[in-house]
Amino acid sequence: MSERIDVSIEHKHAPPEDGGRPHPNTCPTCGSHYRDDELEANLRVCPQCGHHFPVHARERIRQLTDPDSFSEEASELRSDDPLEFFDLRPYTERLVEAELSTGLGEAMVIGRAAIEDRPCELAVMEFGFMGGSMGRVVGEKFATACESAAERGVPLVSVTASGGARMQEGILSLMQLPKTVCAVEDLHDGGGTLISVMAHPTTAGVLASFASLGDVLVAEPGALLSFTGPRVVQQTTREKLPDDFGLAESNYRHGHVDAIVPRTELRSTVARLLRLFANGA
Amino acid sequence: MAREAEVRLRGQLSRLRSLPLLRGARLSGELERLQKQLERIVEEPSDEEIWRSVELARNPDRPYALDYVERLLEDWFELHGDRQHGDDAAVVAGLGRFRGRTVVLIGNQKGRDVKERTKRNFGMAYPEGYGKAMRAMELADRHGFPLLTLIDIPGAYPGVTAEQHGQGGAIARSQSLMARLRVPTVACIIGEGGSGGAIATALADRVLMQENAMYTVISPEGCAAILWRDAGEAKKAAAAFKPDAGHCLELGVVDAVVPEPEGGAQTDFDDAARLLGDALAESLEMLDGMSGEELRQQRRVRFRTIGQVSAAP
Repeated sequence: MSERIDVSIEHKHAPPEDGGRPHPNTCPTCGSHYRDDELEANLRVCPQCGHHFPVHARERIRQLTDPDSFSEEASELRSDDPLEFFDLRPYTERLVEAELSTGLGEAMVIGRAAIEDRPCELAVMEFGFMGGSMGRVVGEKFATACESAAERGVPLVSVTASGGARMQEGILSLMQLPKTVCAVEDLHDGGGTLISVMAHPTTAGVLASFASLGDVLVAEPGALLSFTGPRVVQQTTREKLPDDFGLAESNYRHGHVDAIVPRTELRSTVARLLRLFANGA
Repeated sequence: MAREAEVRLRGQLSRLRSLPLLRGARLSGELERLQKQLERIVEEPSDEEIWRSVELARNPDRPYALDYVERLLEDWFELHGDRQHGDDAAVVAGLGRFRGRTVVLIGNQKGRDVKERTKRNFGMAYPEGYGKAMRAMELADRHGFPLLTLIDIPGAYPGVTAEQHGQGGAIARSQSLMARLRVPTVACIIGEGGSGGAIATALADRVLMQENAMYTVISPEGCAAILWRDAGEAKKAAAAFKPDAGHCLELGVVDAVVPEPEGGAQTDFDDAARLLGDALAESLEMLDGMSGEELRQQRRVRFRTIGQVSAAP
């Protein structure tokens, strides 16, 4: 047969699998496959079943903020290698590779922005940068975002997607938990606001620090929000896990998040919260 | 390379010598032992030595929090329950008299025999445990009692119910409460300082670590399973992320190392308790006279600046 290019949502089959991994534009829930611009136009939500695909940090910022309102801060910060960490490959090599593949200096982008004409500070995580792991630079950027928000008297909106602390920075990565917690406390003491948007996945060290300390906690549908991931829980306890283990829906049912907001309504929801916290100002 | 190493070692040495708690040598008459310890810290430990400290930190004969409570606190009154719906035996909290003053103590507790270990869930806390800890912290704050925390936890419990009860949020809120306290707080890692489970009660003004304790972002086995794809490579993982007291001191994560009896704390509970008691007392003395606001601010600055990266020139 002649070659065929899969271009439309009508094709239910993914393009040839690459090393056993499904194509990133194939919906893992319903199997629909999309062109990149189709997905982008729909905020990377599957038009067929509503599955939320991952969103890169830059695209997330475009989705949420008013055009040209974003101005990045602390973009020059780069991680070094405090422990001279070497597993199968040196940490420094993984860092360079991550920067090349994401075009970002680290797993978090911060800066000033406006959402529906409301000024705010943004801190957005990039899961593609070493699993969105939090090392010293991510901690420093988040703390800087808190300070910048406090200085300007605007709310901070964080969007998290992270596997947790960055093991390659050892104990110093654990120290980013108290560091970001202290930054939120300072922000709150000054009357500031943190709106925490938790995307898939927000787990371990990030869930156990600033992401859980928002004045309002909003989750995306189907996002995994667990301190320990399902695989480790399964291996440790040999328990049968509920189907929705650790998902946003389960967290909502157990009272750990305020709302589950589909991505298509995220921008307007955040804008509404910004108006409410501004209290008419 | 050799020159570089020498410069680094000299730098470390001068830093270590100027560390305030090393005056503990004078107070406790342990100068020789501390000097030895200092030498050991200055010498880069071998992978085997790091692994030995992991094994010592996990030694089941090591004194646990309540062993220290028994030896260091008078009139101990244990508090139970989180006032919501449970009492987590993996976390103990209570009031006691420590060298003449009332303190609140929070500790992780593992259990000695099979029955007690099961009861205490091998020291792995549920969110209820952090609920109890937070209640005790609030009590300390309300009455102006100093807070001591003894940390010895493999990790927060990885279970379905623990997640459903909000493990991540509980650890976050416990830290945020510690960041707000207006009373002196001293934490000491006395065995395993396992990740989020440990940091939940370690956001203190002064953070100490026993000589053979470990403080980690993930267990060596967990790290090996993820990065080496083989949990059997735990020794390599431990050597790579350096969880021993010497390195934690060097990185500025802990303020001082508390000496243990020769061979480890398990060889002599009384002596280990005496050394720990002296270090805790000294830390409290250092915090005496500071106002609640000063304590709080200094505590936050401490954590804001640990291992801080700066912009490239």
